[in-house]
Amino acid sequence: MAAYLTRRIMQAALILLGVSFITFVLLYLVPADPARQIAGRSATAETVANIREQLGLNRPFYEQYWMYLTALLQGDLGRSYVQKTGIGELIGARLPASLLLMAAAIAAELAMGLTMGVVAAVRRRSAVDQSLMVVSFVGVSAPQFVVGILLLYVFAVQLGWFPIGGYGTAAHVVLPALTLGFLGAGWYARMMRSSMLDVLNQDFVRTARAKGLGKARVIFRHAVPNAVLPIIAMIGIDIGIFMSGIVVVESVFGWPGIGQLAWQAIQRVDIPIIMGVTLVAATAIVLGNLLADIVSFFVDPRIKLR
Amino acid sequence: MTVLSQLAQRRLTLFSVILITLIMSAALLAPVIAPHEPDMQFFDGLTIEGAPLPPNERFWLGTDLLGRDLLSRLIYGARTSLIIGIVANGAAVLIGAIVGITAGFLRGVAGAVLMRFTDLMMAFPALLLAIVLAALFKPSLWIVALVIAMVNWVQVARVIYAETVSLSERDFIVAEQSLGASPLRILLKHIAPHLVSTIVVWATLGIATTVLLEATLSFLGIGVQPPTPSWGNIIFENQTYFATAPWLVFFPGLAIVMLALGFNVVGDALRDVLDPTLKGRH
Repeated sequence: MAAYLTRRIMQAALILLGVSFITFVLLYLVPADPARQIAGRSATAETVANIREQLGLNRPFYEQYWMYLTALLQGDLGRSYVQKTGIGELIGARLPASLLLMAAAIAAELAMGLTMGVVAAVRRRSAVDQSLMVVSFVGVSAPQFVVGILLLYVFAVQLGWFPIGGYGTAAHVVLPALTLGFLGAGWYARMMRSSMLDVLNQDFVRTARAKGLGKARVIFRHAVPNAVLPIIAMIGIDIGIFMSGIVVVESVFGWPGIGQLAWQAIQRVDIPIIMGVTLVAATAIVLGNLLADIVSFFVDPRIKLR
Repeated sequence: MTVLSQLAQRRLTLFSVILITLIMSAALLAPVIAPHEPDMQFFDGLTIEGAPLPPNERFWLGTDLLGRDLLSRLIYGARTSLIIGIVANGAAVLIGAIVGITAGFLRGVAGAVLMRFTDLMMAFPALLLAIVLAALFKPSLWIVALVIAMVNWVQVARVIYAETVSLSERDFIVAEQSLGASPLRILLKHIAPHLVSTIVVWATLGIATTVLLEATLSFLGIGVQPPTPSWGNIIFENQTYFATAPWLVFFPGLAIVMLALGFNVVGDALRDVLDPTLKGRH
């Protein structure tokens, strides 16, 4: 067991090293010249050359990567040449808002998805089951900016139940969290349905029924807890899906997180910030997958140690 | 029962096939069926205050902020979505299949290197990676297709790799090997035919993913560039008007959902029909 965990953690560390390399290569390939950006348009060639010297931009590729990597390990994500601020500080200041949004979105997608999945499995092949599965297909087929803008139109503009955007109160988090969670709810509904069907066909459920337990008790005390186990591990993987989603959802709702930071950086072609967010997101994904493996390992001892 | 008749038995699948056929015909026949020129800015396409017109008899789905006919732009936008959906996803499936089959068949160091690289690419969020790549190039229809292909091949590679590995350990392959069949013969005659159904399923589901990614990139302003209409960039151009002109978000949004839904449903049904181990789940 310890060997399995050690191997998984080593793998994760190696992937993170690879992530840093690819991020660096992409930064290196960007056509914009950082020295020129810092110096401004009217700077002399000499000033630009000086800045290039200071930043080490004229050193060979591998030396620059080494500088980048050692800085990263000390928590230095580099600087934005447009905003002239450390990227680590920019991301650090906005991370709490994004984490709050993601936590709310996980709650939203689990509440919607698991309920839909259980109902669909229990009422298998009924009209309810079929309509819920259509809803789950719509959930995985609807782009988040469309869902977000339509929710804003109906619940903020027309009904006035929620603010049009922004950050601060509990009311602000509802629509962005629903938007971000809608996609996941579709996946969870389908996974929970098929997981429930598996469990409902197993002997212990038949025994519980044969003992004469009530239907509700069989479903909620026996079937649901077992069906939910393999699904809980998926939450780690959701982090990766959210990392793409927050760019869209935060820009639609004006939510001051790292997704909005990335979106503003896109508008200004501020590549170092986009790369910084990408690096943080990739790290979150690797750690999320590691978490998913560890959780499913503890939750379900039947999982083979690969 | 043939695959087609099994598919036709499911109402939702049948509906999706019809939906996809309708959108494809609209894209093909765009110059014939579009009521107006997609780039034409109509003098009477805006209110006196300069606001877009709601749906009416002349402009069935209303006009956009420049006084252009929304329906015509949507019909031409279907071309953008389908071209990118088919070209970008076709390229992604091709790359993924080649990587997956090569890694799964060769194994050893070459296979390990390919799959570790695939794992590494999995670590990047698709949208952010696409954003970075799109920022490196000047966005155009073909660049967007290329960027999406460079991002989306990863999942296919993983699935095909797993399938190839499990196939090459099966008895009938081992038997072929001991009979002295050449690796190339085993690959082409015995492994490749078994991968066809997986590839078909992923090629279908992948179109939905691709359509959504293109729409999102265009919505963020780094996908297909106006004036070329794309369902994503129509919403991008008009989003500031959504409170007063919701049709400018609703109709293109509906079009994206319908196309992605169609391919998701058909892909899912194909998976059920082509994979006998999933029988009885419905």
